[in-house]
Amino acid sequence: MASRQSADAAVPAGERELLSAGDVARTVARMAHQIIEKTALDSGAEHVVLLGVPTRGVPLAHRIAERIATFSGVTVPSGALDITLYRDDLRQQPNRPLEPSSVPAEGVDDALVVLVDDVLFSGRTVRSALDALRDQGRPRAVQLAVLVDRGHRELPIRADYVGKNVPTARSEDVAVRLTEVDEADAVLLRRPDTSSSQHTGDHSSSAATDPAESAGGNQ
Amino acid sequence: MIRHLLTADGLDGETVNTVLDTADTLKRTLLGREVRKLPTLRGRTVITMFYENSTRTRVSFEVAGKWMSADVINVSASGSSTGKGESLRDTALTLSAAGADCVILRHGASGAPHRLAEWLDHTGTKVVNAGDGTHEHPTQALLDAATLRERLGELAGRRIGIVGDLLHSRVARSNVHLLRTLGAEVVLIAPPTLVPEGVESWGATVTHELDPQLPGLDAVMGLRVQAERMNGGFFPTAREYSIGYGLSAARTAKLPEHAVVLHPGPMLRGMEIAPQVADSPRAAVEQQVRNGVHVRMAVLYHLLAGEESTA
Repeated sequence: MASRQSADAAVPAGERELLSAGDVARTVARMAHQIIEKTALDSGAEHVVLLGVPTRGVPLAHRIAERIATFSGVTVPSGALDITLYRDDLRQQPNRPLEPSSVPAEGVDDALVVLVDDVLFSGRTVRSALDALRDQGRPRAVQLAVLVDRGHRELPIRADYVGKNVPTARSEDVAVRLTEVDEADAVLLRRPDTSSSQHTGDHSSSAATDPAESAGGNQ
Repeated sequence: MIRHLLTADGLDGETVNTVLDTADTLKRTLLGREVRKLPTLRGRTVITMFYENSTRTRVSFEVAGKWMSADVINVSASGSSTGKGESLRDTALTLSAAGADCVILRHGASGAPHRLAEWLDHTGTKVVNAGDGTHEHPTQALLDAATLRERLGELAGRRIGIVGDLLHSRVARSNVHLLRTLGAEVVLIAPPTLVPEGVESWGATVTHELDPQLPGLDAVMGLRVQAERMNGGFFPTAREYSIGYGLSAARTAKLPEHAVVLHPGPMLRGMEIAPQVADSPRAAVEQQVRNGVHVRMAVLYHLLAGEESTA
């Protein structure tokens, strides 16, 4: 949105398209298949709940749920889990608005919860999400699905379902675009010189531009 | 965003709506939860300083802070060094030096929180006004607005009546400012002896007759008659006041079907408000108290959660 020039051009200078709209759709479909397979969803043994992390994890969770319903005939509840109140970097950034959480009415107790986010980076967002989830109930197990894993983990966290692994430099910026929030579906890799540092796809750290000595732990 | 919360006067619509939306989200976040505890303000210290009696405001702030994992410490005038003659300024500086990130002050003197904010400005300690004399009580106005929004939806164009002891009411003043900011029309109703000077500048209609107003109101708020601040005869008897301005069942029957009855508490049942009205479904008294916790959580969130402003 804040691109310096030619905001309407398909891929502005300094950006590289990692996934096209078609790739995003195929990737979401593949992740849906993997979830069906790995959780043995057809057998009905497992109560699976998809929870997206705002902003873009939420439409992603809904899309995966829709694909799962199409492929397997099983309706999987999907919702949103806001993690703002659980972040460990609240004091490093200006105040953030809260996003609504909407956990499906059945709750998460004894369910297999699949957390869904757009980009996996430092892992801090996922840590916050695990804390937030703990306050919602006691799932039987928690798994993680991400559209893009860009590396640079700061915590011992890994994803169970990965749409695309992308080796990146810390200074680069991975931007996921989804029509529910943006103008089109795409995943873009941005170089630091042209990208605006605000648009990190990952919520957990804007260390993309400045690996500030931020937060070894809390506070 | 604001640095201190001292008055409802001067809060812009965007800030008010942000706080109300945050409160609403917090309410829904905690709804039906077994563990009502968020880690958001872990390591933050909130000190309440109450120089006047209070049940709901103090408890509400304390619960709000604790639900967000702040450490909340209560100081009251009796039992603190104030009894030994320490000034408000020194007490405040002491609390700040002892580690208070936020001081919540209730004081009998109008303007006390303002002074406190000036004295503490260099320390970074935030100040919240929990009611100062006959001046303002901004969090009460916020929780009233939150309650009205839940009951009525958008407040723009709504007509809200505030009836009773306007002269001594900080709740009325804060509410007039806040409701007008949100686009509502406010009608103030009180006997002539209980109308404060300068009320014309508040931007609300003032009248002495309650009954003709009732059919046109979307909500009516009863105020407590503040006997402790009354040093003269403002009305002949409590009974006469009640006949003219009490929210009786017969009166509230004249309100439109959807109209809400509010009272900031403590209620003087049988005088300002009839028990059957206070306990009726149109009364929102308990809802107000519940919302008070979420609104105060939202205020603490906006004052304390973000990065330290260096301004």
